[in-house]
Amino acid sequence: MKKDHYILGIETSCDETAASVVKNGTEIVSSIVSSQIQQQKQFGGVVPEIASRLHVEQITLVIEEALREAEIVPKDLEAVAVTEGPGLVGALLIGVNAAKAFAFANQLPLIGVHHIAGHVYANQLMHPMEFPLLALIVSGGHTELVVMKSHGSFELIGETRDDAAGEAYDKVARVLGLPYPGGPQVDRLALESEQSIDFPRAWLEADSYDFSFSGLKSAVINYKHNIEQKGGQIDPQHVAAGFQQSVVDVLTVKTVKAAKQFDVKQVIAAGGVAANQGLRKSLTEALQKEGIPFYVPPIALCTDNAAMIAAAGYEMWKSGVRSDSTMNGRPGMPLKSWN
Amino acid sequence: MIWLGIDTANSPLSVAIVKDGELLIEESSMMKVNHSLRAMPAVEEVCRKTSISPSEIDAIAVSEGPGSYTGVRIGVTIAKTLAWTLGKPLYGVSSLKSLAMNGQLYNGLLCPLFDARRSNVYSAIYRMAGEELVSVMEDQHCALAELLEQLKEMKEPILFIGEDVKLHEQSIREQLGEQAKFASFAVNVPRASSVISLAMRAEQADSVHSFTPQYRRITEAEVNLVKKEPTNE
Repeated sequence: MKKDHYILGIETSCDETAASVVKNGTEIVSSIVSSQIQQQKQFGGVVPEIASRLHVEQITLVIEEALREAEIVPKDLEAVAVTEGPGLVGALLIGVNAAKAFAFANQLPLIGVHHIAGHVYANQLMHPMEFPLLALIVSGGHTELVVMKSHGSFELIGETRDDAAGEAYDKVARVLGLPYPGGPQVDRLALESEQSIDFPRAWLEADSYDFSFSGLKSAVINYKHNIEQKGGQIDPQHVAAGFQQSVVDVLTVKTVKAAKQFDVKQVIAAGGVAANQGLRKSLTEALQKEGIPFYVPPIALCTDNAAMIAAAGYEMWKSGVRSDSTMNGRPGMPLKSWN
Repeated sequence: MIWLGIDTANSPLSVAIVKDGELLIEESSMMKVNHSLRAMPAVEEVCRKTSISPSEIDAIAVSEGPGSYTGVRIGVTIAKTLAWTLGKPLYGVSSLKSLAMNGQLYNGLLCPLFDARRSNVYSAIYRMAGEELVSVMEDQHCALAELLEQLKEMKEPILFIGEDVKLHEQSIREQLGEQAKFASFAVNVPRASSVISLAMRAEQADSVHSFTPQYRRITEAEVNLVKKEPTNE
């Protein structure tokens, strides 16, 4: 009988303290996420120092819970995979140092995982990946199009030149006076709206897969100022719908174009903004029309979690990738191929 | 009984192993290098050099702060993860108190100090009473000027300890004159063996999971939040 391989994943790159046990890179045995949203809400966003303090409070509890729920003891594990970067440096350091101490205490190999590789591999927990594939990564910190020709091979073909899509969502939510985190609120308002304001779309150069969202954010702010200066009031629903339409259009058109150009077998979406209903619908419809399979993980696997880190860690472990105890948290870590 | 001690509360790093009341190894460095890079390698190294495997460690002592927020968190995260996964007791010791141990032979007040920027310090006052260090003024984050005023009123010689003392030596001399005593750089090194020695007389942490650093200061974001809260006046 084939032996099962269990990987412990740890993720603390932003405001979720998470740990998970994944079997054979594809099956979630446990996935614990302790979110700081309730504590960070009062500050209107993630305060890095608060995030780090909360991670220290939660880290061992969350790892213990992941092992207990999986009914796994450390000696059943093959390796410990942890988010090495990118992210908030003080936050990353908690996961990295906990992982190093855990690996040392239990004499296990340690694997440093790129957060975005993790988001991409969240899909492997739902469907086997088929190559070449195109991944659209959209979150509060990232907007990237990545082509993968095999496991562990990443070719970045486009990225944001200014704000990440999720960042634009949060800023627009603040302009509209919506509570933090604003992305899901804007999505909800947009879906309820029957009208939308026409905002610009930044297509950039004809052959570019890059993105830009700061102009759109400014357009929303200017629109609000103009209306208010004339003594009027904006309709948040119409603004949300217009903004969302603009973001979703650009993301969809560029994704479909890239999928065709690189002749991919599947398109996957990942990251917190991949939970956006408007985006999921638009991509599903557009790719269906082209006959290209499209997968997006359930919402709990789109937002930050440790199962995705364990899933990516498993592929790295299989390829012989190892880190040592000099691993550091790397806030600006570039996405590099391991195969 | 094998103890592992860790101090990463400020830029110096110190790790030590004490076995049956004897210091086997202690490695300390004053180099300003990222603790995240070198703390775990240092722990692994002292274990390797003493041929002690992780499972043989019986207790873990860590410097719990105050100090650099990130530095304290790295030591505490490593210590609590080791204690939890090895199922061993965890002991937190004040970073200031363990630094004050360097002055245990001095007959007078001991003032360990870490710079906290903008003319502020983390500091405390201790003195030896028999074989014990007792607290005269508890660990706190305060303005240096305020600390010096309090010390002046005590009208006793005070030994200042810590590598950050040199940053404030001039102000200290101006305020306290002959009352202030300064030690050699050799006495400014935080020592993980002192952390262990204090831990041996301390209570173990009630719960490893809920063990957190002693920052001695709330975050700026929380300060601002309190300022913003409307008063009922």
